[in-house]
Amino acid sequence: MIELHDITKTYHMGDVDIEVLSGVSLSIGQGQLIAIMGPSGSGKSTLMNILGCLDRPTSGRYSFETREISALDDDELAHVRNAKIGFVFQSFNLLPRYSALKNVEMPLIYSGIPARKRTERAVPVLRQVGLADRMHHKPTELSGGQQQRVAIARALVNDPPLLLADEPTGNLDSRSGAEILNILTDLNKRGVTIVIVTHDQNVAARCGRVIMLKDGKIVDDRGNA
Amino acid sequence: MNFIEIFKVSIEAILSNKMRSGLTMLGVIIGVLAVILLVSIGEGARVYITKELTGLGTNLLIITPGKTSTSGGFHPPSAGTVRKLTYDDSLAIRRRAWLLTDAVPIVMGTGRIKFRNLGRDSMVIGTTPEFQRVRNLFVDIGSYVTQGDVDSKAKVVVLGTKVKEELFGDQNALGQVVMLSDARYRVVGVMQKKGTSLGWDVDDVIFIPVTSGQELFDTDSLFEILASTPRAEDVDRAIGQIKDILIRRHAHKEDFTIQTQGAMLSTMNTILGVLTAVLGGIAGISLVVGGIGIMNIMLVSVRERTREIGIRKAIGARNSDIMAQFMIEAVTLSGVGGIIGILLGVGLALVIPLFVTVLPTSVSVWSIVMAFSFSMAVGIFFGVYPARKASLQDPIQALRYE
Ligand SMILES: Nc1ncnc2c1ncn2[C@@H]1O[C@H](COP(=O)(O)OP(=O)(O)OP(=O)(O)O)[C@@H](O)[C@H]1O
Ligand SMILES: [Mg+2]
Repeated sequence: MIELHDITKTYHMGDVDIEVLSGVSLSIGQGQLIAIMGPSGSGKSTLMNILGCLDRPTSGRYSFETREISALDDDELAHVRNAKIGFVFQSFNLLPRYSALKNVEMPLIYSGIPARKRTERAVPVLRQVGLADRMHHKPTELSGGQQQRVAIARALVNDPPLLLADEPTGNLDSRSGAEILNILTDLNKRGVTIVIVTHDQNVAARCGRVIMLKDGKIVDDRGNA
Repeated sequence: MNFIEIFKVSIEAILSNKMRSGLTMLGVIIGVLAVILLVSIGEGARVYITKELTGLGTNLLIITPGKTSTSGGFHPPSAGTVRKLTYDDSLAIRRRAWLLTDAVPIVMGTGRIKFRNLGRDSMVIGTTPEFQRVRNLFVDIGSYVTQGDVDSKAKVVVLGTKVKEELFGDQNALGQVVMLSDARYRVVGVMQKKGTSLGWDVDDVIFIPVTSGQELFDTDSLFEILASTPRAEDVDRAIGQIKDILIRRHAHKEDFTIQTQGAMLSTMNTILGVLTAVLGGIAGISLVVGGIGIMNIMLVSVRERTREIGIRKAIGARNSDIMAQFMIEAVTLSGVGGIIGILLGVGLALVIPLFVTVLPTSVSVWSIVMAFSFSMAVGIFFGVYPARKASLQDPIQALRYE
């Protein structure tokens, strides 16, 4: 489903170039549940941003489904993010002015779906993450775990084949973290391909495949039993 | 993504910070209000003067002694002698210029009129009966100066209503004898009430026969001759006739000036049009300042919402969606400000003349259309930069922004 070939990412800091990713090649199959681990600063988020079409690699090829991502312009990338990829962040990144429901509907606005249809689609997704009774609450009126569930609902509302989660449990206590992880593994069982960045061995243990990143290189890539 | 959705997003953003949005709009409101108000005052002056001048008839010709060029300079007579305009000149014009209906000789000055122990300084106009028709001012009670009065230099006087009231109050003035600079005059009529016109109080005037007036002011010349033609098309030919007659009578010199009411009107129109444009332009500057206020606030707003921009981009907003969101916000601020400014401006323009009678206003549709389009243009112009800045944000940098 996804092919990364010799991806590099270099940041220019004044005179020095920092190579954050150096030659990452990776292939992700449909329906996989993958954990990416590695020390802080090893380039995990950078890799996720490239996978999520939020960032462009300095060099290398990236193909998603049959599409060559490197060749797309900004608007086409926006479309891929909107329709094909759901993103879950460590810090939730909900819009504080809007209710949970409105937040979940937001991607559908950019897909050009009319208001009534948006609600029709957002409500069941909120129910799926167990927040049917909180949909009119604003993010500030929700707990961290609940906010992250809203964020997952938002990522799922457009039925994307790929879900990317960058330390989704990093800001949560262990119980909420476990709940989020359950939601993600359930989704994976329904066929959604999921990539999770995590520092937590327990999280990694539940993923079928664990990729270790160090200094911008993949140092280990193995399947869990 | 559809426009209505982006529009809603922008409106929500405006409403979520009412105080700031209101203050930002205030700049545009004041700008538009100033444009509408000042232009309506300029227009008001123009409409007022046009009305007053056309009320006198655009076919009116004014003949004055001395030669002024069309460029306005006064040329002193080269040969030394300026023939004054005389009563006989006016008679000659009336007799021979057949295109004219009237040729009214006028002497003018101020004089003290007294009745018993009451006195008043008023403008005194010496003229002939046709004055009534030419200037559209008619006698109300009694009779006006007659041709017989003119021929016999009769000491008769017709009073403007204000003079009559000052000297006689409610009493009947007809037949009473008043003193006008040591001469005894008999009141034969009282004028209709007219009010102020073009800066002079038409009711504070007294009329006497032109011949008596020349005697009163001790002169054999005239202040001016008013003439009129029945048809506007004849004005140019009538001027030609008058010139022929006067030049022959004035030893073949053109030592007089003929102005037409129509020409004066168009000159006034031009001057006041320029004045209006200048006023509108000055007010327009304040509208531009309002636009800078919008730009300023939009820049702050873009910065504050950097993270929101990042989130929206991450879930699929295109650059053009973000651009539209902020553009609509800026244009809505300026557009709503513009509408409020128009309502207040038109309201003030309609109310002011009720309290300040010397300030006639006229609200023209074009000034409304112009002020509104200008305020929208200001919104677009000053909105583009912040909106573009917002749309070009790198999503990752924007998401990291605290
Ligand atoms: N915009 C940038 N400019 C310069 N350097 C950057 C930029 N973004 C990231 N980096 C650098 O790239 C490296 C990798 O960053 P990245 O966020 O991918 O690490 P990470 O593996 O996600 O770390 P963590 O586990 O702490 O989240 C870091 O050393 C960071 O300083
Ligand atoms: Mg990271």
